[in-house]
Amino acid sequence: MSDKTINIEEFVPREGEARRPYSSADFDRDIDPARDDFNEGLTLPDINTEPMYVNIGPTHPATHGTFRIYARLDGETVEKAGVDIGYLHRGFEKIAEYKQYNQIIPYTDRLNYCSGLTNNVAFCKAVERMMGIEITERTKMIRLIIMEIQRIMDHMICVGTTIVDIGALTNFWYFYNARDKLNDLLEALTGARLTYSYTRIGGLAWDLPAGWRDDVKAAIKEVPSAIADVRGLVQKNRIFQDRTRGVGVISAEDAISFGWTGPCLRSTGADLDLRKVRPYYGYESFDFDIPVGANGDAFDRLMVRIAEMEESLKIIHQAIDRVPDGPINVDDKRVTLPPKEKVHTSMEALINHFKLVIDGVQPPVGRIYDATETPNGELGFYIISDGSGHPYRIKVRPPCFYAMNTLKFLVEGGMVADIVAILGGLNVVAGELER
Amino acid sequence: MGIDQTLLPATKDETGIITTRLDEIVRWGRKNSLWPLPFGTACCAIEFMGAVSSKFDISRFGAELVRFSPRQADLVLVAGTINYKLAPVLKRIYDQMADPKYVISMGACACSGGFYDNYATVQGIDQIVPVDVFIPGCPPRPEAILHAIMKLQERIDTEPVTSRGRPRRHEVVEKFKDN
Amino acid sequence: MTRNDTERHDALVLETRSRFGDKLLSVDRSYGDCALIVDLGVVHDVLAFLKNARRFDLLMDITGIDCTNLPAHRERFELSYNLYSVPDDLRVRVETAVPELEMNVPTAIDLWKSANWAEREAFEMFGFNFVGHPCLKRLLTHHEFNGFPLRKDYPLMAGQWCSVTSDLSDELNEPR
Repeated sequence: MSDKTINIEEFVPREGEARRPYSSADFDRDIDPARDDFNEGLTLPDINTEPMYVNIGPTHPATHGTFRIYARLDGETVEKAGVDIGYLHRGFEKIAEYKQYNQIIPYTDRLNYCSGLTNNVAFCKAVERMMGIEITERTKMIRLIIMEIQRIMDHMICVGTTIVDIGALTNFWYFYNARDKLNDLLEALTGARLTYSYTRIGGLAWDLPAGWRDDVKAAIKEVPSAIADVRGLVQKNRIFQDRTRGVGVISAEDAISFGWTGPCLRSTGADLDLRKVRPYYGYESFDFDIPVGANGDAFDRLMVRIAEMEESLKIIHQAIDRVPDGPINVDDKRVTLPPKEKVHTSMEALINHFKLVIDGVQPPVGRIYDATETPNGELGFYIISDGSGHPYRIKVRPPCFYAMNTLKFLVEGGMVADIVAILGGLNVVAGELER
Repeated sequence: MGIDQTLLPATKDETGIITTRLDEIVRWGRKNSLWPLPFGTACCAIEFMGAVSSKFDISRFGAELVRFSPRQADLVLVAGTINYKLAPVLKRIYDQMADPKYVISMGACACSGGFYDNYATVQGIDQIVPVDVFIPGCPPRPEAILHAIMKLQERIDTEPVTSRGRPRRHEVVEKFKDN
Repeated sequence: MTRNDTERHDALVLETRSRFGDKLLSVDRSYGDCALIVDLGVVHDVLAFLKNARRFDLLMDITGIDCTNLPAHRERFELSYNLYSVPDDLRVRVETAVPELEMNVPTAIDLWKSANWAEREAFEMFGFNFVGHPCLKRLLTHHEFNGFPLRKDYPLMAGQWCSVTSDLSDELNEPR
């Protein structure tokens, strides 16, 4: 032990001074941090730390999509964070003003691309309500079934990828294999794997293929075992609980003030679900519950989604046998193309077909706001029509936009590793966030 | 770059038995261990995740190890729409990668802007970085991604080992030219 | 869909009219919705009344509209607040016309925290100036973008290149 002591004053800068770096000259003075008495007389504020400015994103494995969080870190703690989005802004609202209503349906697919059919249904529901069209019973039931299948698929991606980011890699494959089976169903139905564009204003693009209902029953047998596998691995897992319990806690009043809807809001305790509160397409005739969390932390957000998957399975089991027969497109010449035989033989049908293809579906002048419960929350479309085949203005109310708004306040004060758990639980899908 | 310059005297033409055998080994190594950097922005990233999953299995091409750091990857797979805000980020990631590096443009939005022909979307990433393989589709099936990797492997087979010509389809935008 | 919405909307309209008189310019009840069209000067008071007295605690969305090509419009721009009451399960829209030359609108962030980004987006797409917003700057487009894209006179395909990603140091000091 040397009798030289450290004068910490040399290293702590005074007001306005730059910090003097610890240089090799100090080694000569025999100041060794490994010495036992190095910390004597030093208190934590004396040790000179600098905040570190770190960019998390836009390309980052743990942010699903390109978001950027610019954080000021003090060690592992996030002191301040700034959230930057817009890296997938594709101008949906502007380009929708130049397209016909049926041509906008593929654009809506790419909003929340993990559950494209739900967005299609939400958009068609809004336009149909605007035109006063009541779709057929068969279409309502088919739309309900595909929305619930998509709910399961979306939650699988959200929970699977969040758990991967927390570190548990196997769960993603359990969920992904089950999801692929469901995706095969939708591929047989619509022809596409991810961006389905299956609904049309007034109905659906085509009817169910033969034997599809039996395929659904076979495919959804795989889902409970996948959910059970994942639950068994994470629900009582000490590491998972430490990483997600108490992380990103938000109260129900704050969540409502921030505009949260969907599973994130339900995890805080408020049980708002449009399928129960304002049922559409026959949801009131099915027996299902709304899982509600207690604490509003990351653990609850994930567990609510897993429970919602089970509720969706219940609905599909009940609904798949109750699909009524009948036409799928409503017999309304304002929206539905006439059958091809008539187009080739009758003049009125020919003109109708021509008008529908060239001018498109033309809702009356007016404004409407219509909302649907998508897997992420309340997806709303505010459509302003000027009577022509192109909408005058479409505004999408994206559920994860308001969840992302809150991210800054949820991560400040926590640790860097918590950012990942919080961001994953909010299920922020970039296509919907930035349209 | 690298191996044969240290083992052999510097010679411009690549004939000779040792050189061709070495070329083959180097090419074999490069094409069977393409480590992708999934620059996934939108829906195509979900299909890429499907390609990595066990049903379509990209790991039989050696490309299972996704590396999100450009220093560790040699294939950047641009999956999804690139808009003007993300363009400098893509250029920077591409610049940070070490040679030999390959770019696959996946999906209609990355190839040409897709159906987002508006103020926000770059009409094709070949205006920013040179692209080796374009995959059309919206989104392309996972089998299409595997086909693209196979095409890239065929391309690697025909290239000189020491220096890669840079493929150019469109002129890279002035702002993003290498200086 | 309607339940007893019609009666509750009627009661709401009556109460708003009694409070604000002729500042409540008109009411749009089409499709079972209820939209209160108010004067720009009282829009913050109307919103505060709806939130505090009528329990509209969720601000769903703020929409900007460029009315240039609409046949009947008072001013060039309109702003539409979409409100929802969680305890009462009732929706209402508050719409107001904003003149082109003076687009100052009081911010709603003191009432609902979801107005934070909703107003930023309305600003960047149309140019509304929300007075009192802590950090009113671009959200979805890049920092070198000039113009307001969703205005009707902004051409659809006019893309603008961005040369470098923005530095976010100013966002770190945004107050809670």
